[in-house]
Amino acid sequence: MTNVRKAKHGWALTLFFSLLSIAYVMPIIIVIFNSFKRKIFISNRPFQLPDAKSFVGLENYINGIEKIEFPRAFGYSLFITVGSVFVIILCTSMCAWYITRVKSAITTGMYYLFAFSMIVPFQMVMFTLSKIADILKLGNPVGIIIVYLGFGAGLAVFMFCGFVKSIPLEIEESAMIDGCNPLQTYFKIVFPVMKPTAISVAILEAMWVWNDYLLPYLVLDIKKYKTIPIAIQYLKGGYGAIDMGAMMAMIVLAIIPIVIFYIACQKHIIEGVVAGAVKG
Amino acid sequence: MEKAIKRYFPIFALPTFAAFSIGFILPFILGVYLSFCEFTTVTDATFVGLKNYIRIWGDETFIHALWYTSLFTVVSVLTINILAFAVAMLLTKGIKGTNIFRTVFFMPNLIGGIILGYIWQLILNGILLNFDRTLTYSSAYGFWGLIILMNWQQIGYMMIIYIAGIQNIPGELIEAAKIDGANNRQLLRHVTLPMVMPSITICSFLTLTNSFKLYDQNLALTAGEPSNKSEMLALNIYNTFYGRTGWEGVGQAKAVIFFLAVALIAIVQLRLTRSKEVQA
Repeated sequence: MTNVRKAKHGWALTLFFSLLSIAYVMPIIIVIFNSFKRKIFISNRPFQLPDAKSFVGLENYINGIEKIEFPRAFGYSLFITVGSVFVIILCTSMCAWYITRVKSAITTGMYYLFAFSMIVPFQMVMFTLSKIADILKLGNPVGIIIVYLGFGAGLAVFMFCGFVKSIPLEIEESAMIDGCNPLQTYFKIVFPVMKPTAISVAILEAMWVWNDYLLPYLVLDIKKYKTIPIAIQYLKGGYGAIDMGAMMAMIVLAIIPIVIFYIACQKHIIEGVVAGAVKG
Repeated sequence: MEKAIKRYFPIFALPTFAAFSIGFILPFILGVYLSFCEFTTVTDATFVGLKNYIRIWGDETFIHALWYTSLFTVVSVLTINILAFAVAMLLTKGIKGTNIFRTVFFMPNLIGGIILGYIWQLILNGILLNFDRTLTYSSAYGFWGLIILMNWQQIGYMMIIYIAGIQNIPGELIEAAKIDGANNRQLLRHVTLPMVMPSITICSFLTLTNSFKLYDQNLALTAGEPSNKSEMLALNIYNTFYGRTGWEGVGQAKAVIFFLAVALIAIVQLRLTRSKEVQA
């Protein structure tokens, strides 16, 4: 009986959510077709499909790529994101294992400092952090990785610590008795077990670093190095006038790699978010 | 075993801790100190006591931003969580296409705040065009525009967490309630809601802090126009630092107040919702 009722409701719900899903992706579709229209038609008739009069082919794309050197921005974003996530995973997981396994006043203090840093908003440290980074010459794509490791360590260490506590000590002890030193124990025994947590952390940190605007804007020497969000914001220019054609085209280019990445790793992303939420 | 690991501090814990010192501890301490100083850069500070904190309250833009941000936070936390929970309830009924709908609703989360801001600027300005208005016509448009944007971005993320929470409710519990004659409303109020309380804690925490700390979306959508009336706290602090010479100290003092507000909200909220969590 309940099955029949469910099915009836089911069709109505499926229809409702199908329409809602279409409405949900509409903003992106509108941006895509606007990216092929002449500037003036984008701001005056944003909801009209391109026609013979407004269609400009790839002009906006060529224009935008020239203006903000999109391929370079993409390269910097990719390098900084991959580099930061790799360094964060490697260093914070080792640190988390150390401060969980070695119990002392110092490691306990470190744990609470890491946890504390998670609630501090970036604005609290933005001025002093950018000055310190400047003094230490960290305003380049390699240096900023150190800044990301420092400012992103809180969440990562906290999540890894939560997991390390659940690993039974016996496995590690038997490895040590068999003659492994702590480094071997860590890389052969502990790290492989932590893989699911490492994927969660990697996804959360990657989403943050890839989309981050203010930290790289203040830390990087932006005359030389622009990441994608900085390059997009740069299109606005100093006088508030936006080249809408180039803007639409660059937004499309910025979204394409994200969508491809999302479709490829969807399962991991969604599981990562759930795991991160439960432990955070 | 602990002793053997302990000697490995420089390899395991030092890299993260050194970066953490540069990226968080040092900027934080220096930031607190500078909030009591007058300065233009970190090396020329002179101590002025509470002067900066007193000057904040004479700054109308800050008071306005504080109210604007608080109101925005309340409205966005309520709308995002209610809608995300409703969608999660409907998407756990096992209807056709659930996976596709989930995928679609989650996608906007992967797009950065700056890009989201420009996407919605196009859409909302396009709609307002019919009424001969723009987003920057009044701060109310900026407000509701940001609410729509944040809902579009965050509903998917919170929905994922709520779905995980709902799926964790043991089936016997619902069966038992049904046998006892509970109707759908009673089921929701006395079984489902108490059981997903951990998810509610996390989601309200995330939306609360995300909304209160919002910067990128605010910058891209309206940049505080008209005349700083749609400016939220994070943007106000940025503009105080980098837009007004002689106000750096006040900017840092605002940042300290901002941090204290975020910390206070986070603690109160966690206490409040944690106390309502139950065990099955």
